[in-house]
Amino acid sequence: MLEIKNLHASVEEKDILKGINLEVKPGEVHAIMGPNGSGKSTLASVIAGKEEFEVEKGSISLNGEDLEELAPEERAHKGIFLSFQYPVEIPGVSVTNFMKTAINESRKARGLDDMPANQMLKLIREKSEMLEIDRKFLSRSLNEGFSGGEKKRNEIFQMAMMEPKLAILDETDSGLDIDALRIVANGVNKLRSKDNAIIVITHYQRLLEYIVPDFVHVLHDGKIVKSGTKELALELEDKGYDWIKQETVV
Amino acid sequence: MAYTEEELKKELETKEYEYGFYTDIESDTFPKGLSEDIVIAISQKKQEPEWMTEWRLEAFRVWKEMEEPEWANVNYDKPNFQDISYYSAPNKKPKYNSLDEVDPELLDTFKRLGISLDEQKKLAGVAVDIVMDSVSVATTFKKTLAEKGIIFCSISEAIQEHPELVKKYIGTVVPRKDNFYAALNSAVFSDGSFCYIPKGVRCPMELSTYFRINQAGTGQFERTLVIADEGSYVSYLEGCTAPSRDENQLHAAVVELIALDDAEIKYSTVQNWFPGDKDGKGGVFNFVTKRGLCETNAKISWTQVETGSAVTWKYPSCVLKGDNSIGEFYSIAVTNNFQQADTGTKMIHLGKNTKSTIISKGISAGQSQNSYRGLVQVNSRAENARNFSQCDSLLMGNKCGAHTFPYIEAKNKTAQIEHEATTSKIGEDQIFYCNQRGIDTEKAIALIVNGFSKEVLNKLPMEFAVEAQKLLEISLEGSVG
Repeated sequence: MLEIKNLHASVEEKDILKGINLEVKPGEVHAIMGPNGSGKSTLASVIAGKEEFEVEKGSISLNGEDLEELAPEERAHKGIFLSFQYPVEIPGVSVTNFMKTAINESRKARGLDDMPANQMLKLIREKSEMLEIDRKFLSRSLNEGFSGGEKKRNEIFQMAMMEPKLAILDETDSGLDIDALRIVANGVNKLRSKDNAIIVITHYQRLLEYIVPDFVHVLHDGKIVKSGTKELALELEDKGYDWIKQETVV
Repeated sequence: MAYTEEELKKELETKEYEYGFYTDIESDTFPKGLSEDIVIAISQKKQEPEWMTEWRLEAFRVWKEMEEPEWANVNYDKPNFQDISYYSAPNKKPKYNSLDEVDPELLDTFKRLGISLDEQKKLAGVAVDIVMDSVSVATTFKKTLAEKGIIFCSISEAIQEHPELVKKYIGTVVPRKDNFYAALNSAVFSDGSFCYIPKGVRCPMELSTYFRINQAGTGQFERTLVIADEGSYVSYLEGCTAPSRDENQLHAAVVELIALDDAEIKYSTVQNWFPGDKDGKGGVFNFVTKRGLCETNAKISWTQVETGSAVTWKYPSCVLKGDNSIGEFYSIAVTNNFQQADTGTKMIHLGKNTKSTIISKGISAGQSQNSYRGLVQVNSRAENARNFSQCDSLLMGNKCGAHTFPYIEAKNKTAQIEHEATTSKIGEDQIFYCNQRGIDTEKAIALIVNGFSKEVLNKLPMEFAVEAQKLLEISLEGSVG
């Protein structure tokens, strides 16, 4: 599904990603771990197409289609979803209205008419129940005055609504207490299927107890320095990132 | 001097008309320039009674002594008032024979605003078949209104048909000498609307659809007078979301609202005059005086969406004269490219327990300048007056400006006045967030701007709110690149 080959990317002429290779197949969950500043969030932004990042070398393709020339919204229309580490506030725009706009824009891109209102309502009801979201919450302005947990849960709600092919969860666990973490992780697990793929970006192993990955990759200084199965995450937890750093120096 | 208005009126009635000469002009457009002769000629042309002619002349004399105001936060080359023609015939022939001849860009905008084909023709100045929906609709409206005793007609018609009402109220809220442009308007107003709602009558429809159909081509110096008699209610809609490509550069309208005891007037405006091109060339100067007077328990709400004009100078105000009266002002002002807007309101609290609310949303893009200017004045006798003001500015890009000039004058210790102001910028992060959800940048801006303006959009009549929303979208197109 997702194929990243020798990806080099920079921001303001500073090299961040220095040759990433990654392949994600349908139905798989990949975890990307690594110390602060290793390039985890940059990788997420580059896949989503954020313009301030410059792709210097290499390629990203989704289902065989090169993404380089595609604008962020076009990538979204192709089924890429990014759950933001810091979701932004949009005052006066309700969660419902935002989702309605997002879904209809994506439908438009695929040559479909707007989703009928009753179908939209049904979808909202279904997904909010699945994620244990209070319906009152959906009429509030997007992320405005939301707690950290509410913001992250809202991201997962949007993921559920958009039904992406590839979802990237960027530090979804940061700022969550254990109860919120469990709810968010349960939501993600319910959304797992053999047709979609998920990349979980995280600093800690904690989240991976709930969202169990098929593969774990360790990012360090813009490169994937180690890949393995879920046991690698435990080993990391045990030995810390210094272990990886030392190993790569050697 | 104990010289009452009544005495003045008597004197005028008995006095021989001392300016017994006028220029007889046959053509439909008067020569350029302004003089007493021109003022008299306008009045003659409209077959006005003598008191009206005299009223205009007095305004002209006052205007001659006045200077153009310079305090507003706008810069422009002052119009040459002697280089303007002050009258042209209202019923021009259609400019085009079919829609095919109309500028396709204009038609595209109409289409996107969701304006019907017949209305498009009317607005663009295309000849319309006699059998057209809107004509019969207008007739039906007129009948319904007449049954309730509501008078709704042009001000010229009202001067002929209902002189007692016009005479009693015109100039009582915006006196001729109020300001430079009000004086000019009083002298030369070409036409406008008149509305009277009798005691206890609730106007059964928004006076909007009718208005849009019939007043699409508005004049350069409009004059509007709305009187809501005791216990009555009216919702009035002025303007049009459709772009108005008017050839007149200067527009100076006056609107007076009178809400008698227990009456309520809701006055909504959408202004979309030609704003000038992308380089700031051309565009309309819009210098408007709008004011309403509230008697006891009366309420006036002004709602405005201002997206057009090169220069806007406009402060819809409320004089809260009666006890327990309420004034509201809800405004969205959008400026893009080189537009300049200095707009806001005045809430004058005279009566006890009077309340006012001000919600102003300014959106600036391009290299435009957007100023809010508002006065909250609490008189010494206005016990327990309350005001709440909220002024929010949204900036797009780095070259535009947003300014807030709040003036507060409280002369009564019991007054409660609150003022809140915020300034924010549409951030790249917000745009990217929307992009990531499949929403392109234009649509994202529209979404953010609509969210920002929601409190005001909600105050507009339903069908108009939808159009206004689209209008905001179109006005800001290409503002973030």
